[in-house]
Amino acid sequence: MQAIRTNEAGLRRDEWLERLKLFGLGSPAILLILIILVIPVGWLFYVSFIGADGTFSLENYERMLRRKSYARIFQTTFEVSFLTTGLCILIGYPLAYFISGLPNRIANLCLITVLLPFWTSLLVRTYAWLVLLQKRGLVNEWAMSLGLWDEPIKMVHNMTGTLIGMVHIMLPFLILPVYGAMRAIDRDLMKAASNLGASPRHAFWTVFFPLTLPGLFAGSLMVFILCLGFFVTPAVLGGGKVIMVSMKIVSNIELFVNWGAASALGVVLLVSTVAILWIASRFLNLEKMTGGGH
Amino acid sequence: MLRWFRSPATETQITHGQRLWLYVLAVVIMVLLVTPTLIVIPMSFSDSQYLEFPPETWSMRWYDHYFGSPEWMRATVTSFKAAILTMLLATPIGVLAAYGLHCSKVRFVRAAFVLMITPMMVPVVLVAIGAFYAYVQLQILYTLTGLVLAHTVLALPLVVIVTGSALKGYDMSQEAAARSLGAPRWKAFLTVTLPQIRFAVVTSALLAFLTSFDEVVVAMFISGGDNPTLTRNMFNALRDQIDPTIASISTIMILVTTGMMVLAQLFGQQKEPTRPKD
Amino acid sequence: MTSRNSEALPISIRNVTKTYGAVHALNDVSLEVESGEFLTLLGPSGSGKTTLLMVLAGFTRPDCGSLKFGDREVIRTPPHLRDVGMTFQSYALFPHMTVAGNVGYPLKLRKVSKPDIAARVEGALDTVQLGGFGDRRIDQLSGGQRQRVAVARAIVFEPRILLMDEPLSALDKKLRDQMQIELRHLHEKLGMTTVYVTHDQREALTMSDRIAVVNHGRIMQLATPRDLYERPANRFVADFIGESTFLPVSRQGQTILFDGQPLLHDVPAPDTDNLSLMVRPERVVLSREGPREGANNFAATATDVVYQGDSYLLHAALASGGQIVLRGAMRGANASSLPSVGDALTLCLAPEDTVLIDGSER
Repeated sequence: MQAIRTNEAGLRRDEWLERLKLFGLGSPAILLILIILVIPVGWLFYVSFIGADGTFSLENYERMLRRKSYARIFQTTFEVSFLTTGLCILIGYPLAYFISGLPNRIANLCLITVLLPFWTSLLVRTYAWLVLLQKRGLVNEWAMSLGLWDEPIKMVHNMTGTLIGMVHIMLPFLILPVYGAMRAIDRDLMKAASNLGASPRHAFWTVFFPLTLPGLFAGSLMVFILCLGFFVTPAVLGGGKVIMVSMKIVSNIELFVNWGAASALGVVLLVSTVAILWIASRFLNLEKMTGGGH
Repeated sequence: MLRWFRSPATETQITHGQRLWLYVLAVVIMVLLVTPTLIVIPMSFSDSQYLEFPPETWSMRWYDHYFGSPEWMRATVTSFKAAILTMLLATPIGVLAAYGLHCSKVRFVRAAFVLMITPMMVPVVLVAIGAFYAYVQLQILYTLTGLVLAHTVLALPLVVIVTGSALKGYDMSQEAAARSLGAPRWKAFLTVTLPQIRFAVVTSALLAFLTSFDEVVVAMFISGGDNPTLTRNMFNALRDQIDPTIASISTIMILVTTGMMVLAQLFGQQKEPTRPKD
Repeated sequence: MTSRNSEALPISIRNVTKTYGAVHALNDVSLEVESGEFLTLLGPSGSGKTTLLMVLAGFTRPDCGSLKFGDREVIRTPPHLRDVGMTFQSYALFPHMTVAGNVGYPLKLRKVSKPDIAARVEGALDTVQLGGFGDRRIDQLSGGQRQRVAVARAIVFEPRILLMDEPLSALDKKLRDQMQIELRHLHEKLGMTTVYVTHDQREALTMSDRIAVVNHGRIMQLATPRDLYERPANRFVADFIGESTFLPVSRQGQTILFDGQPLLHDVPAPDTDNLSLMVRPERVVLSREGPREGANNFAATATDVVYQGDSYLLHAALASGGQIVLRGAMRGANASSLPSVGDALTLCLAPEDTVLIDGSER
């Protein structure tokens, strides 16, 4: 027997209209991003496959594989990223652990020491390190007056300075997710572990630490990806000795106006970033990290 | 005092004494985190070219230099204009987008969300050179318009994420109640939902402002000519030599940032929803 | 002061279907709610009762169907133009407004003048016994008070239809019982057509003029509380309302047999072959003098006796297999001696209490 379906067409139309209107609220945002970001970057993809004579060619990519300077740049970029991430973990994890054990009020106060640099301009922080680490800068002056070393050490315009600056900038990105994960751990679990016979150290490594791994992973991932594409701090503190991919891209445009080379590098950078994110998303719920979707 | 060293600090009964190394380490790290940021402030009052700490002679020399320089002033105005316009553009667009995504039942929501956070995921350098080329074609290179549009795109993911997570924690049945009482959806949003997510909206606006104000790489490429930003000039100055004027500018920037954060706290502060008494 | 609403509207629901993918939340539902009636939609979680209420309110758009408030077709009308009062399970009060702000909100939308708003708000608050609470903030109120504010807000603009989505589920038992009576009185006073959703069958029986039992997106039975309890249409309804045990019976021509013996029953059996005997615990009688004339008698052995203060429960195994549960009052002979486990008993069921129902669940 055929069921009676009154108003079916009209109701369906209403439903689509409503969905369209809601989705349409996001259209200015989507439009802007398409025009300013997606299309230009798509164009960059295209340009990377255009050679000097204006036809399709892979010479930009070949150059990257051939020239030793490019190999060094990739190596430097990965080195800096790995070292920065590693140092951030070594320094940031204990601090996060310390703060997570504090009562709420005091913990929030301590968090300000992490958030204050986070909110301060990147340029200001980079400049601060430039001033502190220079030959006649504070660090050298104080170290020499304390007798730590006799001659001023060169700590800026090299890898050391770059690393110090990068670690300082990236620390909050690691500490915040790790702290969040630690705070979410039920303190009763540690009591249970003790009760069941675990020594404090054993309890930490078998109960607490594994539970913080998602946050640690998320934070490290974020730091690593940010380091890969980072420009300002290495450019200032590296003084031309530490050349990362982003700096090469900029110099390719600014100095040589070589769009082919720059965009090829950019594509490599973008593809590596996306690949790492994709691999990580297999192990981590990215949406939970950024709190998105439904 | 000694007793404190022997009292337990954790659920696993480790004493404070055993954890002393952690406390010392933590304090050292916290000091190292904050000091570089703050030390610029007193150093900016140093009279010498080398910015000593503590300053041997106190002077406003570098501030005079900054305020007295037409280029620096023009750049500052540009930065402020760009930041305010970015804030005014990115916040409504982002809040609406977050609301639309939150209420939307379409299957493309996930894809739309990923699209909206791409500006955060793509390396800034690429955004910068892409925008540079696009603006040359559109002939809006070195204009304020172009700068604001690019900064808005950079700020949008933050607005969407912050507002989105506030909406997640919000009881949408309140909006439904308002609609059942006679308010069309837009009115229900404005009179009921928005007041309750205002902390997130204010924070997003602040983040949008700061994203634009502090932004270096994109500004390096697309601001210039008549409209260089403060950060662009600062960066160029840093690359060449250490101009102590930058210390005074940095201090001012720190004050602006801190000021904004205080404002956000004052305007946006939301009371914790309390539980019913029975 | 809201006066008795003599213009309450009837509601006509016809062929409403709502599917989510393969799942039918509402399956060709039709229902007529009379003007001024208090109708309860009763069912377990996921039965579709809340979905139907949301369709009435306009928040859920069905795939097809017709919905009329009086003569007006409203199925395509957006929620803010339907002019119905609604309370939500979470109360949905606006925390950034005072009680008066909340209750006055619908009046403000309807462009009522400020002095009128104040008067009507006060009147509504009086009606729910919260007179003078206008200046309070929402977070200062107890659960019961919040519930009343929600009701006041829903009635202040004198809607002719009131929808309530499990309004009492968040309250403790004592308060819930009290509020049930208050809401019932409110309905009698204001007279608006009310559709009430709950999963609590006792609540439904207490408050309703009629109850629609809902399951799997269909209406299982629409009847007065009494008819529903005493003449359930099928096993699901019988099981959902009140307690009962079910015994299998067979048909032989016009007679219904249990364990080979014909049953005496006043109410005719439904016209199906899948029949069950529904036994309500409070209708079973323990006969200390053996089988009774003119009643259905069952030989049984007591397996469990549970004292419950105001009554006792007796679980008994029938000689023919199967179980009967009896609930007896604690008075008379029972007060001095309850039966013990293992006792041989005769249980009786009067013909007027012998109810045969359709044994299927749909």
